[in-house]
Amino acid sequence: MHHTFDPNKTITATIDGLTVSVPEGTTILEAAKKAGIIIPTLCHHPDLGVRAVCRICLVAVKGQRRFKTSCNTVLCDGDVVNTNTPEIREARKTVLELILSNHPQDCLKCERNGNCELQDLAKQYNVLEIPFASTHQALPIEEDNPAIVRDMSKCIKCGRCVESCQVVQEVAAINTSCRSTKYGVTTAFNKPLSASTCVYCGQCIAVCPVGALYEKDDTEKVWTALSNPDMHVVVQTAPAVRVALGEEFGLAPGSIETGKMVAALRRLGFDKIFDTNFTADLTIVEEGNELLDRIENGGKLPVLTSCSPGWINYIEQFYPELIPHVSSCKSPQQMFGALAKTYYAKKSGIPAEKIYVVSLMPCTAKKYECTRPEMRSSGYQDVDTVLTTRELGKMIKLAGINYEKLENEDYDAPFGISTGAAVIFGASGGVMEAALRTAHELVTGESLANLDFIPVRGLEGIKEAEVELAGKKLKIAVASSLSKAKVLMEMIKNGTCCYHFIEIMACPGGCIGGGGQPFGTTSEVLQKRLAAVYEIDKNSELRMSHKNPAINTLYEEFLGKPLSHKAHELLHTSYQQQDRG
Amino acid sequence: MSKIVKLISANCGKIRPDSVEDYLNSGGYAALKKAFTMEPLQIIEEVKKAKLLGRGGAAYPAGSKWEQLYEIEEFPKYIVCNADEGEPGTFKDKLLMEQDPLRVIEGMTIAGYVFNSHDGYIYIRGEYRGLQKIFQAAIDNAKKEGFLGENILNTGFSYNIHIMTGAGAYVCGENSALLNSIEGKAGRPRIKPPHLAEVGLFLMPTLVNNVESFANIPTIVNEGGEKYLSYGTADSGGTKLICLSGHIKNRGVFEVPFGVTLRDIIDDPELGGGMAGGRKLKFFHLGGQSGPCGSPEQLDTVYCCRAMRNAGLSVGSGAVVVLDESVCVIDYLKKVTEFFIHESCGKCVPCREGNKQLYLILDKLSKGEATENDLALMKRLSRVMAKSSFCGLGQAASTALDSCLKHFSSEFEAHLNKQCPAGVCFTKKESGE
Amino acid sequence: MNEKPTKEQILGIIAKYGKAKEQLLAILLDIQEASGSNCVTEEWAQLVAKELDLPLSKVFDVLTFYAMFSTKPRGRYVIEICNSAPCYYSNSEKVAEIFQEMLGIKMGETTPDGLFTLLYTSCIGACDQGPVAKIGDKVYGFLNKDKITGIINEYREVVSCQK
Repeated sequence: MHHTFDPNKTITATIDGLTVSVPEGTTILEAAKKAGIIIPTLCHHPDLGVRAVCRICLVAVKGQRRFKTSCNTVLCDGDVVNTNTPEIREARKTVLELILSNHPQDCLKCERNGNCELQDLAKQYNVLEIPFASTHQALPIEEDNPAIVRDMSKCIKCGRCVESCQVVQEVAAINTSCRSTKYGVTTAFNKPLSASTCVYCGQCIAVCPVGALYEKDDTEKVWTALSNPDMHVVVQTAPAVRVALGEEFGLAPGSIETGKMVAALRRLGFDKIFDTNFTADLTIVEEGNELLDRIENGGKLPVLTSCSPGWINYIEQFYPELIPHVSSCKSPQQMFGALAKTYYAKKSGIPAEKIYVVSLMPCTAKKYECTRPEMRSSGYQDVDTVLTTRELGKMIKLAGINYEKLENEDYDAPFGISTGAAVIFGASGGVMEAALRTAHELVTGESLANLDFIPVRGLEGIKEAEVELAGKKLKIAVASSLSKAKVLMEMIKNGTCCYHFIEIMACPGGCIGGGGQPFGTTSEVLQKRLAAVYEIDKNSELRMSHKNPAINTLYEEFLGKPLSHKAHELLHTSYQQQDRG
Repeated sequence: MSKIVKLISANCGKIRPDSVEDYLNSGGYAALKKAFTMEPLQIIEEVKKAKLLGRGGAAYPAGSKWEQLYEIEEFPKYIVCNADEGEPGTFKDKLLMEQDPLRVIEGMTIAGYVFNSHDGYIYIRGEYRGLQKIFQAAIDNAKKEGFLGENILNTGFSYNIHIMTGAGAYVCGENSALLNSIEGKAGRPRIKPPHLAEVGLFLMPTLVNNVESFANIPTIVNEGGEKYLSYGTADSGGTKLICLSGHIKNRGVFEVPFGVTLRDIIDDPELGGGMAGGRKLKFFHLGGQSGPCGSPEQLDTVYCCRAMRNAGLSVGSGAVVVLDESVCVIDYLKKVTEFFIHESCGKCVPCREGNKQLYLILDKLSKGEATENDLALMKRLSRVMAKSSFCGLGQAASTALDSCLKHFSSEFEAHLNKQCPAGVCFTKKESGE
Repeated sequence: MNEKPTKEQILGIIAKYGKAKEQLLAILLDIQEASGSNCVTEEWAQLVAKELDLPLSKVFDVLTFYAMFSTKPRGRYVIEICNSAPCYYSNSEKVAEIFQEMLGIKMGETTPDGLFTLLYTSCIGACDQGPVAKIGDKVYGFLNKDKITGIINEYREVVSCQK
């Protein structure tokens, strides 16, 4: 508070003999990075609060009796820092060996084998044997919910998941508990996640450095369906997957992989490759009309979006009294499922019970969403199985597909046709922007000259804007992450909310930062995925949902008009208060 | 000549602890009245001159701490009294709170006046729940008599003291953990910086001092810093409450001026009175479990912060646990390490995992199963824990071990050869943790 | 025989501390004291969490961090024997043995009548009276077989008088 650093002031210090000049307030870790020195970290995550508990990033600062953790120690003018002395190597290696002394030595059987921050460090520090006695205790693996698996015997107690759940999401399903040897991460009273406040957003998984947290693996179910000759297996791909899948194959974040992804899915044996973007467009038409209807007819305002299942779980638990605000539109995934087993079944002549719908999602909460009892509009479970981006990566590798050599391929009709407005659903602000593009035309009958709504774009937690809609001022807000959603919900509760329309995504940055995305997500990575999403939009022929010809055909052939009885039956849902603790 | 000088324990056992009348009759509240006639900076100057070193264990100069907080221009500021006396072998704060709580209250009130703070908190460990009632009665009575609450002694200065309870956690003695605990959270230490003087209780500037430190403030204000300093040595002003326990004849709390020797403390008939049970002194453990152990050759060391530090010893909390020849050093260290295993907050690796491993190696030693490699590993571990742990608990957990390795290396060697000079190991059955 | 505190009682305790979040420890200690079974159950913790507007996981962190709390029922009287170094070398193990023998339970256990639980504790600041044990707020020093017999009988009598 008093140590406010002046980022315009430059300080100069020495790290490993190199002279380093950095803005005041820079940590030793960051300063070293700039100087080309990589200090190992484990509990540190660039987007989370600093905890400095793993003690692996120790460095020696001249004149200091004890080693300093570089993650939280600010470099001071004139400091002489050493990051690679025999004492530092000894300390880091000892810390590492201590962690390993309480860790199962079963890397070969671990979900994170080959993609584990602890394993990498063990290799880097040449740990060939652990001099300490093993104090590791096996614990039962918790996998009784559809989304998240917890293997706490692998937990190294870095606290990243707790930071995510308590601070970023303010869901507080998990927390630190106990002390000393029993210290660890638990739910309240050690209940399973399904009996906690968990919303299955999977942000805990996204930040876990080891194999303690991962999504429920559903790849076997999909392999089984694919090898069943009686089943017509269709897949839908969420907008945010295409800009992240490449990372599973070593490509730079933000690589646009739509064509290769489609090709890979076809090679895996899916009968039809469809796009969730199609139902994203449909969502806009339905939700846009719902919004206008509520504005015109004095309905509940603000309207809250409903695409993000983690967010739905959140509001059902934390703000049940605000449920009437939530759009009754199902998420695009569920609209797709309902249509696949009705409209598409009819159109293709394949009975619904023979259609197996797989969703490819950046999300773990989607795994839960598809199991909700309301999501059976077709008379069957509308979406059978949800795979995360990571799971698809595993399947492609297992199938022996040389990803690099794949040629771009196109989606199948009719659900493969979509607009740029749909792809931006993948980023926070995208649903809002897509809705505005359509709403404007619905109200005025005129097309917008400029389709870009810049104020709602970007990684900022809460974004707001005011737009003119046929002479009326429409106030909108966009929030990503649940702690930010909470801010807006409190405003609605205490009557200080002036917005008409609010978009909420459970994960920071929106779906591009979903809990099912490739490991290693940071805001730097998010920024690149985000840019890719808008790049796709920019290059799309069609950029407004209501201009999607397949959508228009769908209404003509099947649904009638937006908000019709049939649309309500298949595309809309209701929400219930959840009381889990 | 008597080695005992009673500056702050003079009232103990002599007055009704919650009686303002008795306290006034024995000279109480003269300091507060005097303080109101002084400028805050003058008071800080006296505390500096007094060379009052923090009595909780770290011996940080109270004057500097006060000066740092004074310079911060952000309000409200909070005064916190650390009464989480948890160092095994320490029970002197209990004596003060139980038998002369108004002295502590007066000290905290003077601090409140100095920093223009309106709220003081005393965090009393949960194990002292009974004592909290006495302390509350003293607060209530002081309030009734106008020494606390609104407009104290018609000076316009208002100040309240709130009792906050612990619930059994040694680590809360660490000041930042203590503040977390006062805030109703688990008492795990905070990352520093920011320092507590800047971002303390409820994120506001905060002074944290020990009970005994606060109890010294009225004396310093009354007699002046120079006079106070003269009771002790050139670097450690005043007196110290010491707590004698273990194999010593007179167990209890005694007030001695800095400058006596350890031999005085242990042998003087008015103090320790020598060993109990007729056995010879083997070692003494100073300042609690986090302090070093000393050997009989060090008995002539002067008991003051500098001399003790130079001798590799420490005043710490004032605990002096005396152990005779029947005690095995390895067995003793197992006990110490068991304590730290129980009390580690668990969040940092060196402390959580390190103490456990230290115990396992000591256990191997006590069973005659340890090798030279184990000994080397133990030394490495101790080195790393001291330099790498998150807070003072982990940093000091191996202090006793280090000092014992220095004084009793032959006893470690003997255990490698399955011999226990004290005859404790290899004969006794393991009772387990 | 363990009378449970009513919801009103718990709300009363919370109100006594002004519903203040920072009073969580005091509130939980009071509830534990009133519980008759020396514990804070999940149900009561949930009530506290709701009233103080705290996540239950935070209340649980506090309940499991501090040694004085238990989330599982214990005896009406918890006998805590100090086992830190000064008491240990004043024969605390012997004291523990006597208690275990007289109560017919091991350390960590509760007597079948639900009256006593035996535990070790870290130093309780009574090293000048070691070996010591603590029951509630009361500290018993200079323990030996006779004293221990007296203490156990004293508590048994209190209970039989209440019946």
